[in-house]
Amino acid sequence: MHNMEFSPEALALAKNIIARYPEGKQKSALLPLLHLAQSEFDGWLSTDTMDYVASLLSIKPVEVYEVATFYSMFNLKPVGKCLIEVCRTGPCWLRGSDDIIEHFEKKLGISEGETTSDGMFTLKTVECLGSCGTAPMLQCGAEFYENLTNEKVDELIEKLKTSGKRSSYMKDQRVMN
Amino acid sequence: MGRQLLLEHINVPGIETFSVYRSKGGYASVEKALKTMTPDAVTEEVKKSGLRGRGGAGFPAGMKWSFLDRKSTKPRYLVCNADESEPGTFKDRYLMEKIPHVLVEGMITSSYALGANTSYIYVRGEYMYLIRILEKAIQEAYANGFLGKNILGTDYSLDLYVHPGGGAYICGEETALLESLEGKRGNPRLKPPFPAVAGLYASPTVVNNVETIAAVCSIVNFGGDEYAKIGIGKSTGTKLISASGHINKPGVYEIELGLPVEEFIYSDQYCGGIWKGRKLKAVVAGGSSVPILPADLILKTAKGENRLMTYESLADGGFATGTMLGSGGFIVYDETSCIVRNLWTFTRFYHHESCGQCSPCREGTGWMEKVLHRLETGHGHMSDIDLLVDVAKKIEGNTICPLGDAAAWPVASAIRHFREEFEYHVKYPEKVKNPKHFEIEPFVSGKVLTVA
Repeated sequence: MHNMEFSPEALALAKNIIARYPEGKQKSALLPLLHLAQSEFDGWLSTDTMDYVASLLSIKPVEVYEVATFYSMFNLKPVGKCLIEVCRTGPCWLRGSDDIIEHFEKKLGISEGETTSDGMFTLKTVECLGSCGTAPMLQCGAEFYENLTNEKVDELIEKLKTSGKRSSYMKDQRVMN
Repeated sequence: MGRQLLLEHINVPGIETFSVYRSKGGYASVEKALKTMTPDAVTEEVKKSGLRGRGGAGFPAGMKWSFLDRKSTKPRYLVCNADESEPGTFKDRYLMEKIPHVLVEGMITSSYALGANTSYIYVRGEYMYLIRILEKAIQEAYANGFLGKNILGTDYSLDLYVHPGGGAYICGEETALLESLEGKRGNPRLKPPFPAVAGLYASPTVVNNVETIAAVCSIVNFGGDEYAKIGIGKSTGTKLISASGHINKPGVYEIELGLPVEEFIYSDQYCGGIWKGRKLKAVVAGGSSVPILPADLILKTAKGENRLMTYESLADGGFATGTMLGSGGFIVYDETSCIVRNLWTFTRFYHHESCGQCSPCREGTGWMEKVLHRLETGHGHMSDIDLLVDVAKKIEGNTICPLGDAAAWPVASAIRHFREEFEYHVKYPEKVKNPKHFEIEPFVSGKVLTVA
């Protein structure tokens, strides 16, 4: 029924994560498992992916859908390899986030919310990421890029064009003994 | 610089590692508590310290701990709220990134006091890189016998885990956080029952902010009475302030509560004054939710006294002329800032983050965002200003959780103190159509200042 499955390493991590919660409370592992699934399966959550996560946790698919649609970090449709999330809330706006967003739109030739035709970049605006003292800023994968200027944006785009890859949730997680 | 408790060793190379942290006296509170104190004695010290919750609400931490249902036969939990998402706030991130062990140490000492054998640190999902840092610190603590079974040879055991959120401001509300930790949507719960009685998995639970838990280390080391001598009156101890906006030195500063606001803004030890030689226009002192104050009222109270960085002084005058210390998210605005545009970004934030459970908040935040957008872009009407006040009033106090209040207060206060600026947006629609209108012609105290 499921046409997807974690790699043995990802599955081992998933089981390890589930064991962090009391017996019978395995549903608690849902958010970490959705992060893991999103990073393992092309950066977004398809219905198949969500059904697979439901099966791992022995919960109903709808319990996964209702959660995945609530939290802003889960992408419910495909996104570019590099998801550029520019903060635009008050403190970032005060330090010029509007100009940074405009510069990205010009450089990438797309509007906020769109993906470049080569599937490399998706540009998104987001609300406060807790980086107000180093504004303006953006997040790409697990990395924060701060004190942005147009020049820094140009450098980042060039860097990502050659070496940009999806962030991996695996490397951020520790397997507990 | 005043007394530093949390950030004392911030510049020591390698302080993020167990060995360096330990060499600077780290984990002393765990040793002292587990070997020489009963759990209730630790709670007693926290009560005596006068420590107030550092997440925003300022509720006395020791009292919150004392509410924990100790008669229940269910397991107890300590959950650390590291879902820092209040615009203008980035202190917990700074602390966890630079000195992760102070949180791990605080979690162990606090879990011991509360009788918890499993504890969680709920970190906002966007701080993914911090999870790597925290997990490394936790692993080091296990390896050195400070976590796991029979810590330091005592009969106390604790497992500590990091749990990622999914990107939702509402999960900073403690019952929404617990729902989220149970793998559900972050919908706040009706209270009572409070988490102290029925929290995580319906078990007795305490939820505390990162900075609150970190402060427990100093309290146990010095004793509650000594800690209470730092600060002024009911504002004891030190506080991390996240300073952002139009200042020369944005960043995180640890202050002794009681520091004059003026000194915090203008001293080179802290914000270093307003950038580009400009003048101060306004301050949001405690994160986006607290009332914005114009320059004269943030520096001095309505009675003419110097405003201090304390819970009481910032609140002096109530909402008519005062504000709140909140999370310590200190956002500074210079004379070119547009209060209407700033408010529109805040209101858009609350609309985006409303969980949608309560109609006044779900509908009201969206309505306010729309009205503010039309005012800011030169399509507003004079009646919109009172309409905003009316909508804010109808949200406030009418929702399950405080997000509704948090969305209403910025609107009400901006209009209370800057009504002329809203009127200007209606009177001069052509001017405000340029998003940088006040950078071209600053608008201060009801007047347009022409820039030379």
